[in-house]
Amino acid sequence: MLKKLLSISVFFIALSLSAQDYFPKNDGVKTKNTNFTAFINAEIFITPTNRVENGTLLIQEGRIIQVGINVKLPINTVVIDLEGKSIYPSFIDIYSDFGIVKPKRKSTSGRSTQYAASREGFYWNDHVRPEQNAIDEFKYNNKAAKSLLEAGFGVVNTHIQDGIVRGTGVLIALDSKGSDSQRILSGQSAQYISFSRSVLSQQSYPSSIMGSMALLRQLNHDADWYEKGNVTTKDRSIEAFNQHKNKVQIFEAGSRANALRADAVGDAFGVQYVILGGGDEYERINDIINTQAMFILPLNFPKAYNVEDSFLTNSLELEAMKEWNQRPGNPMALDLSGVSFAFTTKGLKSMKDFKINLLKAINYGLDKVTALEALTTEPAKILGNQKLGNLNVDSYANFLITSGDIFAAETTLYENWVNGSRTIITPLSKTDIRGDYRFTINKDTYKLKISGTLSKLKSEVTSDSLKLSSSLNYQNDWMHLMFSMKDTTSQQFIRLNAKILSTIESIKGKATLVDGSTPSVELRKVVDTTKTSKTTKKKESSPPIVVPVSYPNGAYGFSKLPQSETILFKNATVWTNELEGILEATDVLVKNGQISKIGKGLKSKKALIVDATGKHLTSGIVDEHSHIAAASINEGGQNSSAEVSIEDVIDADDVDIYRNLAGGVTSIQILHGSANPIGGRSAIIKLKWGAPAKELIYNQSPKFIKFALGENVKQSNWGGYIRFPQTRMGVEQLYIDYFTRAKAYDTKQKSGKPYRKDVEMEVLAQILNKERFISCHSYIQSEINMLMKVADKFNFNINTFTHILEGYKVADKMKAHGVGASTFSDWWAYKYEVNDAIPYNASILNAMGIVTAINSDDAEMSRRLNQEAAKAVKYGGTSEQDAWKMVTLNPAKLLHIDHRVGSIKVGKDADLVLWSEHPLSIYAKAEKTLIEGVTYFDIERDKKMRTAIQSERNYLIEMMLKEKNKGMKTQPIKKKDKQLLHCDSMNFNQL
Amino acid sequence: MKLIKLITIITVCVAIGNAQQTPADKQSKSIAIIGATAHIGNGEIIKNSLVSFDKGVILNISKYTGNEDLSKMEVINAFEQHIYPGFIVPNSTLGLIEIDAVRATDDEEEVGTWNPHIRSLIAYNAESKVVESMRPNGVLMAQITPRGGRISGTSSVVQLDAWNWEDAVVKEDDGIHLNWPSTLSRGRRSMEEDRGLKSNPKYKSQTAEIETYFKQSKANSKSNEGSQNLPLNAMNGLFDNSKSLFIHVNDEKGIIDAVEFSKKQGITKTVIVGGYETYKLAAYLKENKVAVLLQRVHSMPSNDDHDYDLPFKMAKILVDEGVIVALETSGDMERMNSRNLPFYAGTTVAYGLSKEQALQLITLNTAKILGIDARYGSLEVGKSATLFVSKGDALDMRTNHLINAFIDGRKISLETHQTELWKRYSKKYSHQ
Repeated sequence: MLKKLLSISVFFIALSLSAQDYFPKNDGVKTKNTNFTAFINAEIFITPTNRVENGTLLIQEGRIIQVGINVKLPINTVVIDLEGKSIYPSFIDIYSDFGIVKPKRKSTSGRSTQYAASREGFYWNDHVRPEQNAIDEFKYNNKAAKSLLEAGFGVVNTHIQDGIVRGTGVLIALDSKGSDSQRILSGQSAQYISFSRSVLSQQSYPSSIMGSMALLRQLNHDADWYEKGNVTTKDRSIEAFNQHKNKVQIFEAGSRANALRADAVGDAFGVQYVILGGGDEYERINDIINTQAMFILPLNFPKAYNVEDSFLTNSLELEAMKEWNQRPGNPMALDLSGVSFAFTTKGLKSMKDFKINLLKAINYGLDKVTALEALTTEPAKILGNQKLGNLNVDSYANFLITSGDIFAAETTLYENWVNGSRTIITPLSKTDIRGDYRFTINKDTYKLKISGTLSKLKSEVTSDSLKLSSSLNYQNDWMHLMFSMKDTTSQQFIRLNAKILSTIESIKGKATLVDGSTPSVELRKVVDTTKTSKTTKKKESSPPIVVPVSYPNGAYGFSKLPQSETILFKNATVWTNELEGILEATDVLVKNGQISKIGKGLKSKKALIVDATGKHLTSGIVDEHSHIAAASINEGGQNSSAEVSIEDVIDADDVDIYRNLAGGVTSIQILHGSANPIGGRSAIIKLKWGAPAKELIYNQSPKFIKFALGENVKQSNWGGYIRFPQTRMGVEQLYIDYFTRAKAYDTKQKSGKPYRKDVEMEVLAQILNKERFISCHSYIQSEINMLMKVADKFNFNINTFTHILEGYKVADKMKAHGVGASTFSDWWAYKYEVNDAIPYNASILNAMGIVTAINSDDAEMSRRLNQEAAKAVKYGGTSEQDAWKMVTLNPAKLLHIDHRVGSIKVGKDADLVLWSEHPLSIYAKAEKTLIEGVTYFDIERDKKMRTAIQSERNYLIEMMLKEKNKGMKTQPIKKKDKQLLHCDSMNFNQL
Repeated sequence: MKLIKLITIITVCVAIGNAQQTPADKQSKSIAIIGATAHIGNGEIIKNSLVSFDKGVILNISKYTGNEDLSKMEVINAFEQHIYPGFIVPNSTLGLIEIDAVRATDDEEEVGTWNPHIRSLIAYNAESKVVESMRPNGVLMAQITPRGGRISGTSSVVQLDAWNWEDAVVKEDDGIHLNWPSTLSRGRRSMEEDRGLKSNPKYKSQTAEIETYFKQSKANSKSNEGSQNLPLNAMNGLFDNSKSLFIHVNDEKGIIDAVEFSKKQGITKTVIVGGYETYKLAAYLKENKVAVLLQRVHSMPSNDDHDYDLPFKMAKILVDEGVIVALETSGDMERMNSRNLPFYAGTTVAYGLSKEQALQLITLNTAKILGIDARYGSLEVGKSATLFVSKGDALDMRTNHLINAFIDGRKISLETHQTELWKRYSKKYSHQ
């Protein structure tokens, strides 16, 4: 009966291939199949939360006609009995590049950098490509479709995964027997966006994530301006961008940090992106909740590392081990926090990993209903398509037939129906032969165990507890088993062939022996219910052990964030940096995050008492020039990048934050690099280790921007020969040009007339309006003098010259201009412009009455800035108190944060460092570092953390060894590429 | 009278010009330094000491009693001050590059893989402005070492107050420098590979190449007719123990492989240079009599999980186990930063060593490793009077303040291009 049904339905499918009815037909008569097909007696998931048993699904012409228990079948219905089987809506992948040829990188022509766009009549930046439509590039790929169908997918939303704005996707039904006319469900289904440059152009801008963010913001402003009809020229990119504005906007973030960055860009323009995540969202779940975005999650969980070689394993970091252990729990964590998400196969090396990783996520605790939603209703919801992802009446007839629970390892996927067209994965008629058997050949008794999945069976043959090598092939109702002889030295095999009928209690067949004889064999099924249920139970009851998340989620992270405390430092040598100077044997009370009292014999009942006898208490070190804790430093793609901001790319997880704390640093200015005369805006942060990035930035932070002069902006040392300026002469003109334009912009803006919003000009106008300060990278006296004159011309002051190694040559002029200095203690000779740099610079500037700071520009030096300050004592004889101010109060003044930090004064923030010795001494160690009353570094706690890191490492290594031992696949040891960033660090490779 | 005038003019010219400090003349009169705390360099100190030297050689070092006859000597009062042996910076490129970014000034690295015949000494610029800036901080000697290749070349030891390289040399061609392959390597960006570190797939073949090269060298060294192979000939010293083998290697496995390799070749004087993970192998290195030129103290841990102070405390771990350790300074901005050598040593005190132990890391231990300890590295009778007087503790920048410095008894200038600029501009502003 079943077989008969099958052949009829195959016929039916053939009929359904007819083309559109208005197409002419010359090879026969026109036919149209209006028959119904009914699937009866099945467990049906109409939606993930609406399940019926013994239900019927009735379909016709690719659509669902009826579903439920009391379905009346029309007379012209073909019936398929699915007793004991289940029907699920088929899966949807909305982040796919199915059928799109991966764009090929354009080969570079010549050595020089490309600044201008390659295209005409489009946006000025080649990486913005909203005019791309995936439908124009799409070509149905049968091979890829087959593996998707086998994994359970029915529909994919595919797009060109290249560029910052990537244009629209196309929604494709994986109807392998149909034509594109049936497959294309929507031609322009969503707009896709990312931070990554297009491989189709070498245009240099943007070269950093912050540049991509700025570009997207400016694009939105420009699109608005264009839409309002203010532009007389044609821009096909902007037109397309505006056209797609009301479509779903899907953003490829690829990581938790970038998800927040993408969301921030969207928020500024009232756009809520759907975000492709990175799998690390659980690390800062609250930030993710606050985005209110829907997520698309890849299922590419990291494989365990191969940790057999303990030398190599030493270079593997705890962070990477934790990722391996924790990431499969990400979907569950998001679900529990109410963040909705869809799954994608993006990032999977092999489609085989899809089910393995899906089951892993479920084993980690993901609810099966949510898992099913993430593959069906959630992606449908993102696309706004109610006819996908469910089996409601009138929805697409896209469904799966399985042997049972789709999220069980042993479940067989029989059929995948798309648009009412059938793909057989495993024949429904196939008898399940899995089980234990016993048989005898020539008085030898053998045991056979058949396991695995129906499409891929595994065999194990034993005789007298001796395991024999064997292989099993089961196709078209025939089973072929081959196994080695008991005498293993002989290398000879026995073959066994049997026809499988519908019952498997006794399988009869024939063996072929080495001597050519072919005795009959009967395989008798061994029934042992207790044993099998026990093993399956054992499998299910092993939830993974997941190590807890810390903040940050790697070495030295806090399992619980430290809190502000009331602390009384007793009997310390206190460096006030105020008129009182250095106070001996003095107490300092910290309360509510501030310095509450300074004096002798202070008492507090609630306070934690710290005996500071013989120790020195100072305000925390402030580094005016730092490049730690940032995901990128230079936007070097243009000669001005005022539109970018380091605040966009703070990396709160950089371990150098912790190492700086261990060196007594509490506040830093993360400056943009020096690749261009007008750099980007700074971030002024406190090193609140463990807190999320946005909480590091000062409240009402003073606004700063980095400028730069000299060899770097001229590109003297890395062979750029075409970008203006190439000389110091050009640098002056560039500034005059930009400020002249900014002034005109500002005038227009203030006049109330309509104007094109230009972020770069807006930032420069802030400088003219004295709302933003310049910290300028500088070396040579001529250019220092020049910039002060340019500032005079436009009636503003330069706030800080940073590096300023020849400042001592123009100290009088600097004094007259009122500019501060932030310099290196003793660096020189690394390039021509620092040939006359002298370590006496800070002392001379300080003696001239210039606010002078000593900075690091370097993650290594920044953690011992106290020593660098001491060099001002050595070189030039600055007093010790003045030298100390060079790394505390003076940089605080330069950054306009001295009302909060920089000295020990009642009412200021309790940003304090307790030193083991005189803080300028080479022998001094920071023992405690506080920010706003929170102890972020404590030398004793650090010792405990070291032990904890070791034991957590050992624990995870042990787990990975077990994984390897179980035969799971592992990946070779890798260590992330961490570059210590300096002024001239370019990071193209991050995009 | 005229002559005096002329000398004055010359002196002024030198002072305001860009030329380097003039090397000091030979010691012409005996000198006695009295009252200072003498830091011998071998771990001992003598408070209120008398140190006297003549013709460049230390005559006496003892407690100062006040009864000594110093009438024929130039007496330098150094009460409450400190005397140290001159600091020595090994594995240095001083004088091989003047300005990093100016390629024309760069003589640090020759092309090719196997360059034992490349000798640093002849390129050493005795008149480098960077070199003279070492002296005011007490760094008076250096081992000038080429970079690059599998074998970079041959180093030499110099003193830092000289007219030319011949004048500067203290020990010519003291050692061969071998860069051991790393067990980890990076993917190539040009091939769009991941830039992260992974197991170096070529490690085995690269170490095999080294073995082959050394076998060839050894065979060549036995050649009767005299070989015409310059590179292989340059290796001879390794097999007759006249040269040390300096192996630059950082990781644990590599260090063991390198030491075992060197043993197998019969090389007796093996030194590990860099040696980030030597702290894990202290007992092993001690047992094998392998010394360490330890990587720059002021550097970053190489791994997020490592203790923040690991580079600060490595020396302590090795010294405690009895390994002979000296500090080297290679890395970013290594030449200009070499004047901070005393402060690198000072940092090891904050992380566990005693001050006198720390001092050994930049004096006597270095001299031993470079094979110049018979004459240099400590304040001992019969050794060279290469020493200096500092107002205070020279390992701490607060108090490192040189009053006098001597190389082979010659009283050297402590002025530099930098002090001249300092004085020039200070004077300019004092007139305003």
